This record gives sequence, structure tokens and C-alpha cells, in this order.
Amino acid sequence: MAKMNMLQAINNALDLAMAKDSTVVCFGEDVGHFGGVFRATSKLQEKYGKDRCFNTPLTEQGIAGFANGMAAQGMKPVAEIQFADYIFPAFDQIVNETAKFRYRSGNEFNVGGLVFRTPYGGGIAGGHYHSQSPEAYFAHTPGLKVIVPRDPYQAKGLLLASIASEDPVIFFEPKKLYRASTGEVPEDYYEIPLGVAEVMQEGKDVTVLAWGAQIEICQKAIEMAAAKGISCELIDLRSILPWDVDTVVKSVLKTGRLVINHEAPLTGGFAGEIAATIQQRCFLHLESPIARVCGLDTPYPLALEREYVADHLKTFEAIVASVQF
Amino acid sequence: MTNPNNATISTVHTADFTSGHALQIPTLRILQDDGTIYPGATAPDLDQETALKMYHSMSFIRVLDERMLAAQRQGRISFYMQCLGEEAATVGSAAALDDKDMIMAQYREQGALRYRGFSLEQFMNQLFSNEKDLGKGRQMPVHYGSKDIYYMTISSPLGTQIPQAAGYAYAQKLRGLSNVTICYFGEGAASEGDFHAGLNMAAVHKAPVLFFCRNNGYAISTPANEQFKGDGIACRGVGYGMKAIRMDGADILAVYQATKMARDHAIATNEPVLLESIAYRLGAHSSSDDPSGYRSKEEEEQWRKNDPISRYRLWLIAKGWLDDAADKAQIEALRGEILDALKVAEKVAKPGIEHLISDVYAEPIPELERQLTELKAHICKYPDAYPITSGRM
Repeated sequence: MAKMNMLQAINNALDLAMAKDSTVVCFGEDVGHFGGVFRATSKLQEKYGKDRCFNTPLTEQGIAGFANGMAAQGMKPVAEIQFADYIFPAFDQIVNETAKFRYRSGNEFNVGGLVFRTPYGGGIAGGHYHSQSPEAYFAHTPGLKVIVPRDPYQAKGLLLASIASEDPVIFFEPKKLYRASTGEVPEDYYEIPLGVAEVMQEGKDVTVLAWGAQIEICQKAIEMAAAKGISCELIDLRSILPWDVDTVVKSVLKTGRLVINHEAPLTGGFAGEIAATIQQRCFLHLESPIARVCGLDTPYPLALEREYVADHLKTFEAIVASVQF
Repeated sequence: MTNPNNATISTVHTADFTSGHALQIPTLRILQDDGTIYPGATAPDLDQETALKMYHSMSFIRVLDERMLAAQRQGRISFYMQCLGEEAATVGSAAALDDKDMIMAQYREQGALRYRGFSLEQFMNQLFSNEKDLGKGRQMPVHYGSKDIYYMTISSPLGTQIPQAAGYAYAQKLRGLSNVTICYFGEGAASEGDFHAGLNMAAVHKAPVLFFCRNNGYAISTPANEQFKGDGIACRGVGYGMKAIRMDGADILAVYQATKMARDHAIATNEPVLLESIAYRLGAHSSSDDPSGYRSKEEEEQWRKNDPISRYRLWLIAKGWLDDAADKAQIEALRGEILDALKVAEKVAKPGIEHLISDVYAEPIPELERQLTELKAHICKYPDAYPITSGRM
């Protein structure tokens, strides 16, 4: 075990993947010699050469299309989109190409092994072009897998599983936690299975569900709730698509209450999908309406970021309201 | 015979490539490092007032950039981007325009903005995202914009303004306006798909746009030789069937001359023009960047000698338009004014809570009103957690 922050864990995962499999290749804007603007690919070019870790021209649609082509040929591209806010020029390549490669060809061709890594989320005074959480757009696209880790240990295991996956993956990294989140991480190779949620804390009164950087927000809210005698069960969804319905259902059948938290705006956010499924599967067991604590339905602000975000106080209030309903 | 391919057919009978470097575009230089004009060159026809306004815009930006980068380092603002080394490119081009020509910039063109008349207070209000900021404190520092002075608000995503400039200029043409749009972008942004879309559409639909590429050598850490393999950016204009010109971006007279000529052409023909300024991004990409990780001090020092302000200053002094001592005193005074303005702007309140939901739509939709009401109640319950807004509920 070694103490790592999330960037180091991601860098370590990429290093191990490249060492293990010569078809793994990392690229993106500033990814080569410089090691990426956040340094997630630091030293990889030095170690594996310019053919396997390199800068691309400044074109997200080019990066995504190039990655599709490499993956179709059988290699494993790990392409970085510098900020998730800048993934949209690549939307066509990802939604119409990456996601449908296998399906449209009757499995003659596929892009399994392709991973798009991209930093997402707020909390860095980035305003609306450096703070967005666009996971719901991609969750609406069958054929993709969408993953969000919460800490260094999770990031490494989930990224290695993503690279090993037979399906293309979008891997959203909570940039707020890149350096802020640290923890013990095994130095050897390990995978954390995709599509499986984790019950992080068991409780009996209310289920609290989140992913990525919102987990620590929910942990604070749960502590506040505990002081009021409310017992919360905390679930990290980890995988947005496919999502682990059974784990959430099992928890809500026990607690009868569900509070979902995400950074992205409320309307059209993935919490809506979860709420619809859970009310169908758990209808007769629900003690209160499923609550969503999310960003407002506006672009991500700058000066009023603190007011906008789905913070621990709003989450705590939702937990209390759910229990007192 | 019709020409469905829209391609000149001059037939040959032996196979031969045209070289990828067959077209090499020369660089226009007018002003020498010592402030004299190159032999055979002619200085553009500038009156003293305009020439001095250009100079003062450049020196203003130089001092502002120094001060605000320091303010960022002190934690007073969250982010900053300098224009260091490219003051002449942005000011010289803006000076060659009509005041009602639209400017669609990338994010490093504060020189053009200052030339247009953006005030020190307006700069500060944006940088501190306070309630007097025209953008209502919504964007990161340096994302300026002002309808009054025809300066489109900056958007961080790269290259998006390029096809928009084509559309804006096409609309100017349809409206019968005698104005053009200038569109600034870097050599890195020229790799975005929007570059192709924008230039091609402007050429096909005859939109009076000046596409102004600031080739400053770097896109964050990526040097231009890892960005493209052709001869700079200017030659691409020829591929789209438009006129192109390249100039020394540290030579304000060359930039002015080239832009003036391009504007005249666009007004006369409604054809777009591609201009390429060759300069060097002397500063970091932004306050979040550290160039020591990807380029040498020696390289920077070599380019620092190519200072756009000093040679123009020498030219102005030689003409008797600028007094050395008075100018130095003026710059010293400017430092004081900037610091004073900074201290005022940082004390101005942040935008009110209602601006969290305003401008998402022309009028807030009912769901947003509901969300705001709920938020206000929450803030009143936890006033200490939301100090920016709770005191004004």
C-alpha cells in the first residue's frame, strides 16, 4: 500500500495498464511531455515513448474519432478530454460512433477497450465552462459505460477495469478531489467491477445515494443527521451506466426512504432516472417521496457557486424532511 | 463545360505530387527593432492621436497584466491570463477597424478591448466578478464582453467563435451595414473542427470576416510543431479560396497595415480574409500554468527581445509624438490608478441572489422561480454558510 492522491492513483493505474498491455496508448491535449494540465499522465511519455503517450492537436472531435479508429483496430486508447466541459465537440463521435460501433456492425467491429478520461465537476471557481457534470447526456446513450470514482482507491480500480472492459467507457474524474482526496492504495494491479454500487455505510432510516465528489458532501450530511438520531445508509453508485438497480432497491426496501444527490442540474439529471425506477420497484415500501438534492436548473455559476451547489446542508435538510414526512 | 467539381483542371500526363510546403507565405515587417522603418517599407498613414491611442492601449495592458497577475498570486482574484508579447497584435488590429466592427475574441485580446474603450473600472469589475460586472459575475476572470463597444462576450470553449463570426458577418452584410467582424483565435484553436466550418462557410457565403490567427507558438504546453505540419496557419486560407496575409505580430505597424488592407477588401467584396500574426506567448498560458515544465528560459529570453512595445515607443519618440520622461511618469501614475481601482472593485458586493436564475431565459421559468424560493428559505435558515447573499435577503 502507498499513500496517493487521486491524480497519483490515476497515473499509477495508467502506468500499470501500459506496462501490462502494449496496446494501451494515452493521448490528448498537453498529455505528452507535460503530462497533462493536471499531470495525470506525468512521466508516461518518458517511460513508454512518444508513440504510446502523446500530445494531440487541439481538437476534441479529432481525439474522439482518432480513439474510435484505434480501438476499432484492436488497440486500447485512453483518450483524455482536458475538461468535461469541452467534450461536446466530441459528442457526435462518442454518441453516434463509439456507442454504436458494435451494434451497427452486428459485432463485426467494436471499440471495446476505449476509455475517455475527463475531469468533471465544480468546486474550483471554474464558472460554467470548467465545472459541468455532463454524465446524464452520456447515460442516455446505450452502448456506453459511464463511471465516476470518489477517491484514489476507487479511481485506480475502476480505471483499470474500464481499460480492461470489452465496452467503451467514459470515466469522469472529480477534479476537485484530484489533490484533495488522498488514501491508501495498493501498488499492484487490481480492478473494481463496473456496474456495481457500494454500500459504504449501513443504516436503517434513509438511503442516501450519490457518486464522485458528492460522496464526501453526503458523508458530512449523514454525520449531521446521525447527531439528530437519524441512521443513514450511504451508497456510492460508482457506475452511472449501467447502474446497480438491485443494490439500491435492496437498500430502499429496508429504509423506505431515498435521497439522491448530484452536482448536475435537477431537470434531466440522472437522479430522475433512479427515482423513477425505485418508485416502480419499491412503491409499497416507500415512507416518503424520493428526494433529489441537485444543482439548480441554471448554468454553473461563479460568484454564487456556494449558493448553487448541492451541499451538505441542503442534503441534511432533505434527509430530515424525508424522515419527518 | 460545367465544372461540377469546382476545381481547376490543368491536365498533366505524368504523376507528380504538389508538395505539402509548396505554398510559403512571407511575413510582413515594417518596423525594425530600433524603431526605424525597414528600407523599402512605408509606415501606414497614422495620425498622432490614433498612434498614441495605440501606444497607450498597449502600455495600459502591459501594466494591467503585471498588476493583476500579482493580484492572482496574492489570492485576490481566482485566475488571470496575460497578453504579454501580443499587445501589438491585438491593439494594432483593433485600431485598423471601425468602432462598430464586431470583435469576437478568444480570451487573450484585452488589447483590442482596451483600444475600444473598455474602462479600467470595467476591467476590474469583471475580474472581481462583482455586481457591477457587465457579465453579472458569471464567468471566470478575463471573460470580458460589452455590447456598447461591439465586443462579444468571451466563451472559454475554443474555436466556437469562428463559425459564429462567419454568421455574424453574413448578417451584417444582409442588414446592409458597412461593417465587418474580426475573429481572433490561436493557432491551437485552429485545430478545432469549428475552424474548418467557419472559414469554409464564410468563403462560400461571402461573409465580411477578418479571421485573425494569433500564432503565438503554444497552446498551453503544446508547441505549434506538434499542433500542425503545414506552413503556419495563413496558407490554409488559400485552401478555402480566401486572401491571406501573415505579419510580425510584434510589429504594430505591420499588424495595422495588414488589418486595414484586409478590412478594405472585406468591405469592398464581402470576402473573408485570413490574417496570421506571428508572435510569442511570453507569459504562461494562464495563472494555472507553469511554462518551466515545457520550455526553456533561454527560448523565452530570445523572444523577450522582440518586444512589441519598445520598438513602437522608439518610433513614436523619433517622430516627436511621445516624450520619454513624461511617458515614464504616466506609466508610474497608471500603476497607482490600477491599484486604486482594484481596491475599489474588490469591495463591491457580489451579484444578488436573483442573478442566480436571471438570464437563463429571457424570463425565469416557473421551475426556476420555485428553486430560487426554496433556496432563499434555505439560506435564511443557514445564513452563516452563505455570507455573500444571506445579509441581503
